[in-house]
Amino acid sequence: MSKKVAFLQGNEAAAHGALYAGCDFFAGYPITPSTEVSEVLSAELPKIGGKFMQMEDEIAAMAAILGASLAGAKVCTSTSGPGLSLKQELIGYGCIAEIPCVVYNVMRGGPSTGMPTGPSQSDVMSAKWGTHGDHPAICLTPASVQETYEEVIRAFNLAEKYRTPVMVMPDEIVAHMRERVVFPEKGEIAIVPRKSPTVPPEQYKPYDTSFGDVPPLAAFGSGYKFHVTGLNKMQDGFPTTKADVVQAEEERQIRKVDANIDDIVTFEEYMLDDAEVVVVAYGSTSRSARFAVNVAREQGIKAGMFRIKTFWPFPDKQIKALAAKVKGIVIPEMNLGMCSLELERCAQGKVPVLGIFRVDGEPINPDQILAKIKEVK
Amino acid sequence: MSRYELRFSGSGGQGLITAGIIMAKAASIYEGKQAVQSQSYGPEARGGSSKSEVIISDESIDYPKATAVDALLAMTQEACDKYTHDLKEGGILLVDSDLVPKLPTTGNFKIISFPIINTAKNDVGREIVANIVALGAMVALTGQVSRENAEKAVLSSVPEAFIELNRKAFSIGFEKALAASA
Repeated sequence: MSKKVAFLQGNEAAAHGALYAGCDFFAGYPITPSTEVSEVLSAELPKIGGKFMQMEDEIAAMAAILGASLAGAKVCTSTSGPGLSLKQELIGYGCIAEIPCVVYNVMRGGPSTGMPTGPSQSDVMSAKWGTHGDHPAICLTPASVQETYEEVIRAFNLAEKYRTPVMVMPDEIVAHMRERVVFPEKGEIAIVPRKSPTVPPEQYKPYDTSFGDVPPLAAFGSGYKFHVTGLNKMQDGFPTTKADVVQAEEERQIRKVDANIDDIVTFEEYMLDDAEVVVVAYGSTSRSARFAVNVAREQGIKAGMFRIKTFWPFPDKQIKALAAKVKGIVIPEMNLGMCSLELERCAQGKVPVLGIFRVDGEPINPDQILAKIKEVK
Repeated sequence: MSRYELRFSGSGGQGLITAGIIMAKAASIYEGKQAVQSQSYGPEARGGSSKSEVIISDESIDYPKATAVDALLAMTQEACDKYTHDLKEGGILLVDSDLVPKLPTTGNFKIISFPIINTAKNDVGREIVANIVALGAMVALTGQVSRENAEKAVLSSVPEAFIELNRKAFSIGFEKALAASA
């Protein structure tokens, strides 16, 4: 039997990806350019016994998914820039209380309400630093409609596997463009289940590290009772200011991601074998970059592309290796230089990092990238 | 390279984004080619400028926006003035003759012009299907998807009760464009 195909928008594909991953609770507050996720899930979730809640604002929506996740649901919300800013405190709560959830944020012009219908890539730093304090960050930046579908599924899996909020951040171009999507069969993409307690309720501790860096999470309503707080906590979930406990817990939360970077970080290498100039790109900008690299190759220039699929954790190791072998790095991005800072950090001054920064609501076109490739000497 | 670029432009509410989606769906789902549809629009629900771009190719498509347009539909004078600049030499320009009185004086295009909205109103019977009249015309003029596949895409995109209306709109648009370009 041939596979089911559809001609979908990035946002619609994201909603279907969430359903494939087993999402059964969504709370949100509609905002351009992410509203289609709500539209699809409001129609589809009730059909499978799931719940869709339109909340009074973005903060409440974030709170609702954290609560639902603690009750055992697989949850997500969708938003865009200003909504992401509102959600940040509770994203931090999700990090410290270690509550699996997916936050789908479509990047539009900013700051503040900015340019609602214009594309941007200016939330990538918010994905890591938007909520205060040291915390793990996982952020995926898909570049096509098919990839948006698949990365939303992966986001659910990572959220459950590492018991932490995971962000998926397409830019407005990817979120609103339409392409053919080939749907995987049921079971074709593995779905990671939540690790449930193996001990009886009276012995259960929600942050029991004897089970490893990612302790099992019980569902409220299943007979297990435990305390959840945004304060630094002990293994039983109650607050503490004991120095050694706080230090160890904070480090463990970061370690959940840092010790598993190779499991989380994904990327695409395009024509890099003999490349002298590498364009590092993510999201829709990588599509312009690929076009530019192809034209450069036709003109005899040894250009290649490193496409970041997982923005956080950042692919430090791969960029450092590239910086040791190329003559220059070109970074096109729809912000005023965010990824470029990370690239400079990894390049450690070994090669120049040339940025193309655009925040006028227009995409970076292949000609701009080609011209910058030619500047590398 | 087989990359073919179409742009549907006009004002918000004319259904041009829908027309672009159906064209891309025809190419991608029914014709077996690759297609990407993208759009840009202002904050207004109606009025304001609206543009939908479709890239069709035999190979996978990287840059999803237009670089050099092969065929342009302009449903307002503003759209015609604004979007002809990157129309290819020898490209196709389709305009609504009632809404676009001033045609470009420079550039070497094949210009096809007929009263699209009035055709929908008078010949099909409902102004609301003007976008499908325009789509029929674009399918006829560009030849990127077959008439049959485009019609399938139209009919699979509209509500049951409006199938006949849209079939008629598509067909009249297709025929009118052929006649106007002959």
